[in-house]
Amino acid sequence: MGLPLEQILIQTINGLVNGMILALVASGLTLIFGIMDVVNFAHGELVMLGAFTGATTLAVTGNFWLALVVATLVIALFGAVLQVTTLRALLGSGSRTPQEVALTTILATFGISLVLQKYALWQWGPSARKLQEPITGQFTLFYLQYPWYRIATALLSAAIIGALYLFLKYGKYGIWIRAAIQDRVMAQAMGIPVPLLHTAVFAIGAGMAAASGVLFGPLAGVTQTIGADFTLRAFIVVVVGGMGNLGGSILASIFISLLEAYASLIVSPAQAVIFSFVALILTLLFRPTGLFVPTPK
Amino acid sequence: MRRSATSYWIGFSVILALLAVAPLVLPEFWRRFVTEILIWGLLAMSSDILIGYTGMISFGHSVFFGLGMYGAAAALLWAKPANLWLALLFGLAAAAAVAVFVAYFATRLRDIYFSITTLVFSQIFYVIIFTWTEVTGGENGLTFSRPALAIPGLFSVPFTTETLHWFVLAVVTISFLTIRRVTQSPFGMVLQAIRENEPRARAIGYAVERYKIVAVMLSGLFAGLAGILYAIQNKFAAPDCVFVLVSGEVVIFNVMGGIGTLVGPIAGAAFFLLLREGLSRYFTEYYLIPVGIIFTAMVIFMPQGLLGFARRRLNQ
Repeated sequence: MGLPLEQILIQTINGLVNGMILALVASGLTLIFGIMDVVNFAHGELVMLGAFTGATTLAVTGNFWLALVVATLVIALFGAVLQVTTLRALLGSGSRTPQEVALTTILATFGISLVLQKYALWQWGPSARKLQEPITGQFTLFYLQYPWYRIATALLSAAIIGALYLFLKYGKYGIWIRAAIQDRVMAQAMGIPVPLLHTAVFAIGAGMAAASGVLFGPLAGVTQTIGADFTLRAFIVVVVGGMGNLGGSILASIFISLLEAYASLIVSPAQAVIFSFVALILTLLFRPTGLFVPTPK
Repeated sequence: MRRSATSYWIGFSVILALLAVAPLVLPEFWRRFVTEILIWGLLAMSSDILIGYTGMISFGHSVFFGLGMYGAAAALLWAKPANLWLALLFGLAAAAAVAVFVAYFATRLRDIYFSITTLVFSQIFYVIIFTWTEVTGGENGLTFSRPALAIPGLFSVPFTTETLHWFVLAVVTISFLTIRRVTQSPFGMVLQAIRENEPRARAIGYAVERYKIVAVMLSGLFAGLAGILYAIQNKFAAPDCVFVLVSGEVVIFNVMGGIGTLVGPIAGAAFFLLLREGLSRYFTEYYLIPVGIIFTAMVIFMPQGLLGFARRRLNQ
């Protein structure tokens, strides 16, 4: 059929940009799963709330970067409140088996996602909002004008993830978090306040989700339904990359986004999703621990 | 033991009798409402086989429901005149086919991986149905006329609100008794053993995967049956009914009513639909905000659901 090389290259860049935004969402999700075994069904709704908070702040102040910071902080705080009011009660009681905890937290976060989605509809209305991009310059890429903003988005996402990595690797509290992921009981015995860490990690994940929502805002319209879409895609990424594995999730985000970008050269974008679904199912069947992790012994 | 069994069947008969006379005494709107509760109740009950008895949370029951619906639609559009039994046959065949497919892949996975896989399968079929406009009617779905209630060679009467209600009641009652019998059979006991401790069930020598596949298929068949009933009641098949939101509602029904009770999910469906009906008068389309808060609170404070405390009495 002969696809022109330019189109493939453009889709590669598109896939990388989308992949970095998705990685920002997925790394929060995988971190939350890693430390407290919670599959956060409301994670996409945090992206959506972040985007709307950013849009409102942008409308008031007119400064995109301020909106990005405000939305991240507000949603991180909101995430902390959410974790304390709902999840902490479910995680705290030691009488439940891990399976029961997983079950009840899935149900609770699912309930929260319903509330948040309808709340956004009520608060911000059904029409899509487009955030004004802060960088309006474009450069010539073959036959089209490619916005610099997209490139900036990818770089900024990479910087945030890099900061998270450095924090986890060298920061005092980052080391605490990694200790709690490795062995919760032992970490507690060493005097690390694990329940507090849970709240903090949930807040970090929520803040990163909100940041990616604001960054995503100028690329497409923000509606209250983007949350469900992000949740599903982040799930796929987190499972393909290996549950609880940060590096794997980032690679998987790029992999899945590239896959969808190339697929949409052949089929319509609505059907391109099926390719990532198939990738997920194949991963689950043949390598359920994740594609980008070393084989467990 | 004898006494509790007697009181169980007395309670069962009373509720059945109340449901049977309901269309004769209720106003038009509530007649339809009760029929709808029964249909959603059947769907919720079918997923209880997985959630309550086998310990697998399916977030994809809308697939079976939707395929039953589209299968029935195909039969009703294809056969002239529309034939009720053909619709049942086609709907069940469609639901069974997709159930085999989903069961084969999904049952290899446990816990959240099972939930995510069923969720993804429901999205796959939603995208296919939504975009394959020539066959499924795409976003608009399919509309058709309601078949007559007929037994060939004996009689044929068009469905009225009352006869439709009784037909649905009969189907749901038979399904309930069947599922109840299955869950109490040795097969059902193995499912519960898998829920309690899967490695141990495997160590004893049960072919866990095979039991799970049969459980998913059984569950899918009854969900498909609910889809067929819904198609006959509403005379349309729409992609919205395959959407993940329906799967989510099914899980809500189960949790609200009490998982692992069979009666609970029906009560949960009734409770949810009543809540929706009552709250949408004040909150219009935002009724999910209070319903979602009530649901989340129930997950935290009342994990055994409305009927959980009455479980032994109702289902022993």
